[in-house]
Amino acid sequence: MTFIPLFVVLPLLGAFIISFVGKYKKCFSDIFTNIITLTLAFLSFYSIFLLNTKSSLYIYKVGGWAPPFGISLVLDGLSVFMLVTVNILAFLITLFCINYMEKFTSKFRFYTLFLLMLAGMNGIIITADIFNLFVFLEIASVASYALVAYGIESEELEASFKYMMMGSLASLFILLSIAFLYSYASTLNMADLAQVLKEKGVNKVVTFAFVLFLVGFGLKAAIVPFHAWLPDAHPSAPAPISAALSGVLIKVLGIYSLIRISTIIGINKLFSNTLMFLGGLSIIVGVLLAIGQMDLKRLLAYHSISQVGYIILGLGIGTPLGVSGGLFHLFNHSIFKSLLFLNSGAIEYTIGTRNLDQMGGLREKMPITSATCLIASMSISGIPPFNGFFSKLLIVLACIKSGYIGYGIVAVIGSILTLSSFMKVQRYAFFGSLSKKSQEAKEVPSFMKLAMLILAIICSVGGLLIFKDIGNYFIKPAQEIIVK
Amino acid sequence: MTPYFLCLLLFLIGVYAVVRKRNIIKIIIGLIIAEYAVNLFFILFGYKLEGRSPIYSPDQEIFNMVDPLPQALVLTSIVIGLATTALAVAIAIRIYEKYGTFDITKINKLKG
Repeated sequence: MTFIPLFVVLPLLGAFIISFVGKYKKCFSDIFTNIITLTLAFLSFYSIFLLNTKSSLYIYKVGGWAPPFGISLVLDGLSVFMLVTVNILAFLITLFCINYMEKFTSKFRFYTLFLLMLAGMNGIIITADIFNLFVFLEIASVASYALVAYGIESEELEASFKYMMMGSLASLFILLSIAFLYSYASTLNMADLAQVLKEKGVNKVVTFAFVLFLVGFGLKAAIVPFHAWLPDAHPSAPAPISAALSGVLIKVLGIYSLIRISTIIGINKLFSNTLMFLGGLSIIVGVLLAIGQMDLKRLLAYHSISQVGYIILGLGIGTPLGVSGGLFHLFNHSIFKSLLFLNSGAIEYTIGTRNLDQMGGLREKMPITSATCLIASMSISGIPPFNGFFSKLLIVLACIKSGYIGYGIVAVIGSILTLSSFMKVQRYAFFGSLSKKSQEAKEVPSFMKLAMLILAIICSVGGLLIFKDIGNYFIKPAQEIIVK
Repeated sequence: MTPYFLCLLLFLIGVYAVVRKRNIIKIIIGLIIAEYAVNLFFILFGYKLEGRSPIYSPDQEIFNMVDPLPQALVLTSIVIGLATTALAVAIAIRIYEKYGTFDITKINKLKG
């Protein structure tokens, strides 16, 4: 298929053009970025359509070189699933940025970095070459380090430095394990690698490489023993970037890459037990750390750790039900967590603080922000009609069906604690009497409202994906790649 | 086997510097050392004793060639390392402007 490389080429080209032209024309970078992200969103929907109507696998050979030697780009069920998640969010986030980023200077540099990060993420998703994955991973990571430091205040620089050191170490571990795999199998193409590993069998070298991968991607995904950088890095970025980092970056760089690698090497019992244990630990530790926070964005960042735990738990169970629950939760979490971060950005935009103590009574002043935040809070804590409920239900059901009742109880407890911490957010920020700062609050500009409303609508109807007629087109092809 | 152990030692020195050192510049240098250890490892397993460069020529028979792919990969990885290092040093300069020190124990405005 000839349009596959566009997922990388378009944002790269956009970043290049904006870095030159954006300086002279002020509104150019706004319009151009939104056109690019909208095109990418349409392309990803088109690829769902293609995948379900014609062939279930599309391969593009870069430069015409045949697969085991050249780099090839692949569209299959899993990559299309991730592409849709990433590109919908990228479009809504750039829509939000049109108004929100006005308070920063040199907006075009922001768009350049954002598009670079998007190119990196799309590249990771569609590539079928293990070293190419590393290159795209570094493009996305370096852009995200710069974006975290975008405000260049002292806290942001500190967070960015911490994040950069952790991220670079993670990349080194990943590179080292690629070296081990290549020295063992003498190939870099993923499909070829899977073939060779099947023939040669898995020995200690492969297991060691896999542990290195787990450490590297675990650091990128902020699974619990490796989570220390996330609560600093994600709140320090501007709100739309926090949404992009928590919503998609940790999932693409961490979880998706880990899953891709594990489909190559093959999932064994020990590995799935490790994943489930780390997932359960993340759920509890993340949510317990989140409850006490008074900084809204920091609270949301801790919840990201906890919700990633659900995804890892679901994928670790390894049954078709668990894996589809995990993937479904991945999609849902990227929607409602971005919405929550955008809400926090909207509050910060009008009253200039993200401390819950200084908010209060915002429900009357900002009706749309308040309503969308309520929907997102109910989704993340698993209240029935919204999407978060269905994915958590699938994960808990999968736990019980496979006999891991303990993990099922952990997931339910995590959900209840999440509910309590979001009741606190609603109580402090939106209900109660007006605080001094919220007196002069007013509703945010129209593009910000539009982005939040669309995300809230996806939250409300996203639960429909649980029905077989709709989910078969979106989640099932992805799940079939992981569990054959 | 000795070169591999030395390579591992270099990697551990780098990781030690990242984890234990207090000066930001030393942490960045540690990162570079660890990165070069990984690059060296990549080159090492592609190398053959008394191997020759992988260039085909029509008039002679070629044997005992060095694996060229790791060298190409390392070239890419060095360029990526350059980008990361440049960004890290730029942020270190900004941190020095804001805090007036390179000591990470004194750079602690964040809670986590």
